[in-house]
Amino acid sequence: MTNVITDDKIPNNVNLSGDKRLQRALEAWQPKFIDWWKEMGPAPWNEKDIYLRTAISVETEGWANFDYVKMPDYRWGIFLEPKKEGRLHHFGDNMGQPVWDEVPGEFRNMLRRLIVTQGDTEPASVEQQRKLGETAPSLYDLRNLFQVNVEEGRHLWAMVYLLHTYFGRDGREEAEELLQRRSGDADKPRILGAFNEPTSHWVSFFMFTMFTDRDGKYQLAALAESAFDPLARTCRFMLTEEAHHMFVGETGVQRIVKRACELMKQEPNGDVRKAGGVDLPTIQKYLNLWYTLSLDLFGGEVSSNAADAFASGLKGRYKEDRYDEHKLVGSHFAMDVLENGKVIHKDVPMRNALNEVLRTEYIKDCQRGVDRWNKTIREEGIEHELKLPANKFHRQIGMWSGHFFTPDGEMIDQAAFDARRTEWLPNEADETYIKSLMQPVYERGKMANWIAPPIKGINGLPGDFEYVKLP
Amino acid sequence: MDKPSADGGPTRFETHPSRYKHWKLAVTGELATLTMAVDDEHPHKPGYELKLNSYDLSVDIELADAILRLRFEHPEVKCVVFTAELDRVFCSGANIYMLGLSTHSFKVNFCKFTNETRIYLEDASANSGLASLCACKGTTAGGGYELALACDETMLVDDGNSAVSFPETPLLAVLPGTGGLTRLVDKRKVRRDRADVFCTTAEGIKGKRAKEWGLVDHVVSRSSWDATVTERAKSLSAKQTVTRGPAVELPALSAKVEANGVKYRYVELQVDRTARTGELTVRGPEASDVLDFTTPETWSLHAFRELDEALLRLRFDFPEIGMIAVRTVGDPKLVVLHDELLATTTTGFAREIRLLQRRVLKRFDNTARSFYAVADSAQSCFAGSLLELALGADRFYMLIDGDQKIGVATSVANAGFNVMSSGLSRLGARFYGDPELATAVLQRGAPKPKSPRGAIALPPERAKLLAEHPAYKLAMSIEMIPSEEAEKLGIATIAADDIDFGDELRIALEERASLSPDALTGMEQSLRFVGPETLETKIFGRLSAWQNWIFTRPNSTGEHGALTLYGKPERPQFGWKRT
Ligand SMILES: [Fe+2]
Ligand SMILES: [Fe+2]
Repeated sequence: MTNVITDDKIPNNVNLSGDKRLQRALEAWQPKFIDWWKEMGPAPWNEKDIYLRTAISVETEGWANFDYVKMPDYRWGIFLEPKKEGRLHHFGDNMGQPVWDEVPGEFRNMLRRLIVTQGDTEPASVEQQRKLGETAPSLYDLRNLFQVNVEEGRHLWAMVYLLHTYFGRDGREEAEELLQRRSGDADKPRILGAFNEPTSHWVSFFMFTMFTDRDGKYQLAALAESAFDPLARTCRFMLTEEAHHMFVGETGVQRIVKRACELMKQEPNGDVRKAGGVDLPTIQKYLNLWYTLSLDLFGGEVSSNAADAFASGLKGRYKEDRYDEHKLVGSHFAMDVLENGKVIHKDVPMRNALNEVLRTEYIKDCQRGVDRWNKTIREEGIEHELKLPANKFHRQIGMWSGHFFTPDGEMIDQAAFDARRTEWLPNEADETYIKSLMQPVYERGKMANWIAPPIKGINGLPGDFEYVKLP
Repeated sequence: MDKPSADGGPTRFETHPSRYKHWKLAVTGELATLTMAVDDEHPHKPGYELKLNSYDLSVDIELADAILRLRFEHPEVKCVVFTAELDRVFCSGANIYMLGLSTHSFKVNFCKFTNETRIYLEDASANSGLASLCACKGTTAGGGYELALACDETMLVDDGNSAVSFPETPLLAVLPGTGGLTRLVDKRKVRRDRADVFCTTAEGIKGKRAKEWGLVDHVVSRSSWDATVTERAKSLSAKQTVTRGPAVELPALSAKVEANGVKYRYVELQVDRTARTGELTVRGPEASDVLDFTTPETWSLHAFRELDEALLRLRFDFPEIGMIAVRTVGDPKLVVLHDELLATTTTGFAREIRLLQRRVLKRFDNTARSFYAVADSAQSCFAGSLLELALGADRFYMLIDGDQKIGVATSVANAGFNVMSSGLSRLGARFYGDPELATAVLQRGAPKPKSPRGAIALPPERAKLLAEHPAYKLAMSIEMIPSEEAEKLGIATIAADDIDFGDELRIALEERASLSPDALTGMEQSLRFVGPETLETKIFGRLSAWQNWIFTRPNSTGEHGALTLYGKPERPQFGWKRT
């Protein structure tokens, strides 16, 4: 049976039915994607009806279409924000010139690398999360997990669309390899470190969607500024979905925090673990872990690649329009750098510092989320503060990797770090404890003991709605 | 046992595994592992960090030392495996910031030295029964891939990400500087159109395609990596049949560095900075020197190791000394005795010495300075292996003395073993149009064992051992070819008597020192390497011509050049005119 690609099967606004080349590429790729989904996605749940949101057009009424659907039948679509005519380069060396509708030969490899690196994270997170359905704390959360999963699948489609349409044979090969690498695999790991860490329980899942998906938001936002117009338009549409993933993460952690506070008050001596909750110090450790893994994703603090990508107009800053100056020649960014083993504050040419500039925006955004968690703690009448660790703490990539810092940013030696490691980062006992809490709750409206219920349900529906139909 | 000597001067090329900062050498039975673990905080000169296993001269000096020691000190090793300590990066090539900070002459000499090291690695496999395997478990870029190209076999990890690459042209507007382009098509025989694609794709080629295109020999998964490395290394070592050894420990060279030169036991370099000239003097062996080939102190090894380092110091530390007069001092009979003994000793160690001599003499040919050999004293000793210096020099000046004490003598060392990069012997290159003249010189200079003409006051225990040795008889019966005849035979460029000689030589040196060093380099390299092209001549020729030209062009090193601006916020701007 031939696999026929139609507009109906794949909702799109890229004139798929009129694009023979794209059709042919997708006809070959789509069955491999489904095979990948069945092998590496949330396998046991493929036959279940799940209340999911599907984007079927980019109009306001079309991008959030709610209905029951079985995941393999989910209509992974290809959507780009509608084209704005007359768009010009608005930053970098080519400012004022018309943006590119085709890949410029000069930047073909750099662009392909950017797209493949972004694209690789999408299936990676589905793989990382594939077992979580077995231990969901509620049907509401189970459904949110799957919503995130199918949308990461759609993000993969979006990147594959770009590879297929603009990068010829190389693009088709890269699209195949996106399905061949595997998160955490010894032989073919995913490209970026954080996407090879196991997301083996729901505390990690919420931290991941809070912190790692937020990296995705900032990367997408920077690419949404791109002068390669199809990439910019693709990323802008993806950002709408990413917002939901971060909502899942931030509210997920907030509900765990809330429950921890409640249990502290219930237990005579405040022992949250004794009451079967996740205590605030343990939450802090998972925060430390996932936040720092996510900081790594922004790349080196001083980077010639970042300078190149900006200069050539391929990757801008977060909300480039907010800035007054868009060439960044001769301007500097004051930041901490390591020189001769010492941390000093120093001016770095702005273009080379753009990874750090983006990371700084990201850190502010994370802080806003942590502030809201602390507000919850205060509202519960508890005195405790969750904190983002220093950006130098526990880094594997960039200038601070190979050096050791406390969460307060104080430089220490490796022995001192190792001695206090389990104080700052989850240890095996923490993992064992958290996993012991992970018992599934599939009853409508019920919630696991370690997490508070959400304030409201999905799409205006009540909390006890049957988000996933179980026999 | 000699301890490694203390730091000897501005650029020290001799080192010792106990002082390595960038490599780890481990030997287990027939296999050696050289692990690249570049210490980013110890570059050759301050001003840059050696991130991601990038290398500079300090890294390459250690590599050269390690290969030398494997050849002499570890004859049991049949295969050396190159690997890296970093997980996702094998080697990211020459450090770009270092290149950006370096003078032109430094860059050229750096590239030349790394090339010579890699050729010596290839020579170990071709002639010494020491194979090499490059185990690239991660990104392998630029000079990292050039190291792989110099190995017998290369494996690349198949992790969906790691690639081999030559990003020099697309990223830096220069060329791979360590023979990469030539080895790609001439040695690995990668199809040239594919090589074209490869060399312009900054991120390189990975996985299946890297193998299909012949860029690597094996692509191997991470999980079967270690087992495959061992298996390939064992298979390579099983193929080695050359007898090596016995093992010796190389003694330290003990260089005495002075403001205007450097002094070793047998070799001395003195420069005159005002005149921009220098004198390189090589002493022959003393009668009291050890005369067998079981010790690394032997003149045949030690003097050539000293010459090797002196040439490198000349290149790196004395860039403005363009004209070098080369003299020798000693007893020609003793040089010939050493050459003949060396050639008839069948140990691997003796062969290793001859191969080292050959390499050092090539270093001499490839040094971009004007060399005039000068025989102007009765103590001069241009015989056998030292005659190669006169034959390799650009000119040879000989003084005609009344009693014909000054002359040259040939030995087995001139008869073909000591080839130049072109594959020709120096006599062969000298008489390229007329091979019979080379034969005539060898016949004229050949010892006449029936009629011994001399004797040497050897230490008694040596004399007993050697008296009946054929090499001794040969050496004692050599007949010097006096200057006038040497000129007729085509050995001397100019032979003159003492009325003319002094002025003749002085003017020649002064005149040479006044000519454009750039033009001289090009001219000398063109004339020295007459005859056929080989992989080596192509590598050095293209390095001298193309790479050096490109290095000085605005598109790479001008204000807006790609190399200048690498890592800076601005993008390069090219001038578009092609030649
Ligand atoms: Fe995504
Ligand atoms: Fe996401």
